[in-house]
Amino acid sequence: MAEKLLMKGNEAIAEAAIRSGCRFFFGYPITPQTEISEYMAKNMPKVNGLCLQAESEVAAINMVLGASAAGARVLTSSSSPGVSLKSEGISYLVGSDLPCVIVNVQRGGPGLGGIQPAQSDYNQATKGLGHGDQHIIVLAPASVQEMATLTGEAFDLADIYRTPVMLLADGALGQMMEPVDFEEKPHREIPPKDWACTGHGGKRKPNIINSLYIEPNDLERTVVERYKRYALIEEKEVKYEEFLTDDAEIVVVAYGITARIVKTAVKAARAKGIKAGLFRPITLYPFPSKQLDAIADREHVKAFLSVEMNMGQMVNDIKVAINCKKHVSHFGRTGGVIPTPDEILENIEKVGGAN
Amino acid sequence: MVVFQKPHALTDTPFHYCPGCTHGIVHRLVAEAIDDLGVEGDTIGIAPVGCSVFAYNYFNCDMIEAPHGRAPAVATGVKRVHPSKIVFTYQGDGDLAAIGTAETVHVGARGENITIIFINNAIYGMTGGQMAPTTLLDQVTTTSPYGRKKEIQGMPVKVCEMLATLDGVAYAERVSVDSVKNVLAAKKAVKKAFEIQQKGLGLSIVEVLSTCPTNWGLSPLKAVEWLRENMMPYYPLGVYKDVTKEGEQK
Repeated sequence: MAEKLLMKGNEAIAEAAIRSGCRFFFGYPITPQTEISEYMAKNMPKVNGLCLQAESEVAAINMVLGASAAGARVLTSSSSPGVSLKSEGISYLVGSDLPCVIVNVQRGGPGLGGIQPAQSDYNQATKGLGHGDQHIIVLAPASVQEMATLTGEAFDLADIYRTPVMLLADGALGQMMEPVDFEEKPHREIPPKDWACTGHGGKRKPNIINSLYIEPNDLERTVVERYKRYALIEEKEVKYEEFLTDDAEIVVVAYGITARIVKTAVKAARAKGIKAGLFRPITLYPFPSKQLDAIADREHVKAFLSVEMNMGQMVNDIKVAINCKKHVSHFGRTGGVIPTPDEILENIEKVGGAN
Repeated sequence: MVVFQKPHALTDTPFHYCPGCTHGIVHRLVAEAIDDLGVEGDTIGIAPVGCSVFAYNYFNCDMIEAPHGRAPAVATGVKRVHPSKIVFTYQGDGDLAAIGTAETVHVGARGENITIIFINNAIYGMTGGQMAPTTLLDQVTTTSPYGRKKEIQGMPVKVCEMLATLDGVAYAERVSVDSVKNVLAAKKAVKKAFEIQQKGLGLSIVEVLSTCPTNWGLSPLKAVEWLRENMMPYYPLGVYKDVTKEGEQK
């Protein structure tokens, strides 16, 4: 077994990125993700890499665009208000089919909001990260270990599907320390970047990286082609974890740090004789809709409870996934307040009683 | 013997520019510099948002189309990945001096080793003649229909003068393409800017006073006269910074 290191979640992301061959980081300081920048500033020079502090989030994401267009593995990180600033660039990255990894260590919002952990950028990440018809792959780690593992996965997914990938974490995961094992990740075949702007050297036609299609039919064709890639992602890249769902009557759905708290609540419910289970989406896009739907088909499943650190954003995705065939409700705390196992248990009991 | 031909660094795609617009001349000057230096295969260009958005179809090198105003940040990303390549941006006045001011100033501050070709025609062309940061006082545009007023819209931005104050800027020259003499001087400036990048001296920028007959509402000839009479006095031609001649200047 490989050596385990005790690290903050933010540092684990940075270290995993370097180990995944990322040599370019562009960012702007914002709480609670600044450790990523600081770790990169300290460690990138040791591997002949670059950590450059940009003048703004807007500039940072466009430096990412340039580095990605030039063929490099590149990372940027921010927290909620900063991600909003990046959204223009993210849309251009999507429109130009450029791979990169973007980290959002979420804090409370809207506006300047707060600096405590939240999950209130779920809708932004999964539905509205940039203008235009688009998706980006969204991964939701639930431990420091997963911050590392999913960072590696994110780079591979980005390169394979030529798309930005977001790691959607939160302030709790970013700041907490846990042992992490940077084990070998599964090997995936990465296609060559023959599209990159590296200077044609007189050996090929010029490469053009562009998101402008002035003819509507050309633009439509490009978007439709991209959606075929999304269909492939939805078919092949869904990730989730189940905990005690086999005989569960109440299925709690939660991702990220919230899923950890739900696990405790589910155990407490079981101790009280309530058949609760946890379904944890790891990919928020692609959302594990088919898997949830299959669970909803089980006769003994009475209801779903969505638990998030927001006012209820994923809850609608669950309803759509299961076609409203079972009751779905939401419990959440927001603004940087972390739900306790007791209040989640109370809501599991409430849902159980209501059915 | 061939005495005149299209530069190799320009593609065969016909320009979409309006009659009398000087973008075509400047494209040619950039392509000639690339040809003269023999760097077409080592050059990566960044196109802006604005009239020259399709520049990626016109240059025979690798090209990237950037979001509005962000070309210098995109160029930074490219140059940091490929420090030995030639990286240039081609930007208009709205792109460079309004929405992209922060990116422009900071490539100067960092001394980013790239070249900016800056087209100043004192107006937004692509959107149809709105006020630019470089629109002159009393100049009528669709969004300054009573003329630009100092009290309302403030003063036009002098980009070369502003950037020359930054230590990371190696070369800043303002040229014009209103006459054969000035086109030849502009050609020298563009080539010099690329050479300064090759030497790794810092940011090089060439500001080109240009015409927009369509949106100025003037014939191509009258537009050239308007440039001379109105733009040149406010935007004097000349070298504002040249680190290769610092000793001589002082």
